[in-house]
Amino acid sequence: MEKFLWAFLIGGAICVIGQLLLDGLKLTPAHTTVTLVVTGAVLGGLGLYDPLIKFAGAGATVPISSFGNSLVKGALKEFDSTGPIGVLTGIFQITSAGISAAIIFAFMGALIFRPKG
Amino acid sequence: MLQGHQTWVFDSKPTIIASAAVGGPHEAQGPLAEDFDLLHEDFWLGQDSFEKAEKKLQEQACETAIKKANLKKVDVQFLLAGDLMNQTVPSSFAARTLGVPFLGLYGACSTSMEGLALASLLVDSRFAKNALVCVSSHNAASEKQYRYPTEYGAQKPPTAQWTVTGSGAALVADHGEGPKVTSATIGRVIDMGLSDPFNMGAAMAPAAVDTIEAHFRDLNKDPSYYDVIATGDLGRVGHRIAGDLLKKHGLNIPEEIFTDCGILIYRKDQPIVLAGGSGCACAATTTFGHFLNRMRKGEIKKLLVIATGALLSPMSYQQKESIPSVAHAVSIEL
Amino acid sequence: MSNKKKKKLTPTQLEYQAFAQAREPKRPIVLNCLKAFLVGGLICVIGQGIQMFFVTYFHFSQESAGNPTVAVLIILTVLLTGLGVFDHIAQWAGAGTIIPVTGFANTMASAAIDHRSEGYVLGVGGNMFKISGPVIVYGVFSAFVVSLVVIISRALGVM
Repeated sequence: MEKFLWAFLIGGAICVIGQLLLDGLKLTPAHTTVTLVVTGAVLGGLGLYDPLIKFAGAGATVPISSFGNSLVKGALKEFDSTGPIGVLTGIFQITSAGISAAIIFAFMGALIFRPKG
Repeated sequence: MLQGHQTWVFDSKPTIIASAAVGGPHEAQGPLAEDFDLLHEDFWLGQDSFEKAEKKLQEQACETAIKKANLKKVDVQFLLAGDLMNQTVPSSFAARTLGVPFLGLYGACSTSMEGLALASLLVDSRFAKNALVCVSSHNAASEKQYRYPTEYGAQKPPTAQWTVTGSGAALVADHGEGPKVTSATIGRVIDMGLSDPFNMGAAMAPAAVDTIEAHFRDLNKDPSYYDVIATGDLGRVGHRIAGDLLKKHGLNIPEEIFTDCGILIYRKDQPIVLAGGSGCACAATTTFGHFLNRMRKGEIKKLLVIATGALLSPMSYQQKESIPSVAHAVSIEL
Repeated sequence: MSNKKKKKLTPTQLEYQAFAQAREPKRPIVLNCLKAFLVGGLICVIGQGIQMFFVTYFHFSQESAGNPTVAVLIILTVLLTGLGVFDHIAQWAGAGTIIPVTGFANTMASAAIDHRSEGYVLGVGGNMFKISGPVIVYGVFSAFVVSLVVIISRALGVM
């Protein structure tokens, strides 16, 4: 039960940061999500994002910042096992499921749906 | 005949012998629904793209206006048409269907009055016996081009406006019954350095003010001459700014006669429209439908419409350019 | 490549901008943050629930359960986008729907669906990454830079 509470609080808080970037700094959604992804990557490199995941569960894995963290983790994991080229081969390892799913289902969506306006 | 710096006075008083307004689902729910000749339930009009649907809107407006004048397509001498799409495709393709000698125009949302001014000029100068003006806009097509895909979940701010889906057409002739176009003031492009594509009202207000001031200066008239003075699509935000700016410059337009087509076309409780209507069809359908109907009933005798256009492109915004605007004013009297 | 700084505004322009800003409805920042907090938190709670479902009934580990969870959220988003509902929820929720992976899925689905009229290859295929492109480009590039920094730091004995 406690897991759900922290998922809610941390996930909500990360979204509030996004909302402040949108409304306060008047950034576009693209600029806002890019900022959060890069932040996630930096925190991942510093080893600070994984503890957040342990603590908040989906509250840290569902926001887009987790994407940046996963990219870094994938790159470093492959580097550790296969050397420098691992940075390139490993980047998409962990995020592959998400990106592939998005492409596949978005395409299927375009097959089935028409825009509603 | 030129009067003052930038105003044309049409001595022969070209007549609007027929006009038509076509609209979409949101316009059908608005307070001016009765003044539309045709209203559609969805954005598609039975076509397989939004852009093709917009072309159909123009065709319908033109054909309805021509029919109301008891004429045929071959009787129309010139077509002046424009819209918001890249390369004004809906207008060109509608012109292909109509087969009338064609002049394509681009003035963003000011195209309706730009077209009406030029059509009246052609007829008054005896270079045409009649001329048809038609403009259109389509909400989904313009969101797709200027902003985001229609199903994209971005949060629009309260200053954003809703592009009208529709088309307005008016047939101007050198004889016949109907409200008459008496003058037109051509506007300058004004840029106050604003660059937010979700706040067109504030970007366009200075252009409207500039043209309004030029109109009254050139004609040496007072705003109280008119029964209604309407801006094209400043919306609730831009209209308020324009009113205050005019007062600040010492030009007093009585509040009861000063209105905006973007505010009139939708109800205040239609939440999706935020600050009000916009798009070429906003000024066009409100003027060629609602206002002209009221004139034909004798409720309005002297009308001044100042259509405003924001001259940005999706690329100019990405290249950190600001938004220049233009406004054209046309006076219509009984 | 020109090196122009942002255009300088004249005093008249600055005066007008202040004039206009005073007459504009302000974005309801506090209310928007509250809505974003609620919806964002709720989506994460749903994600947590889906994750626990996969761990309990499909014997995924805590780590690997993240993958099917994200996939389910993406499918739900594509459905809501296609049904024309997602953009209405998003107008209310703001960052609450943009920041979770639902935002990413929505950018791809909405772009793909909108450009159907230009054909499946050039339209759908060519435009799918129109809005999500920046996230992928900057995500990968920043991950690359961060990885290099981490690797060099480790080699220098700093980390």
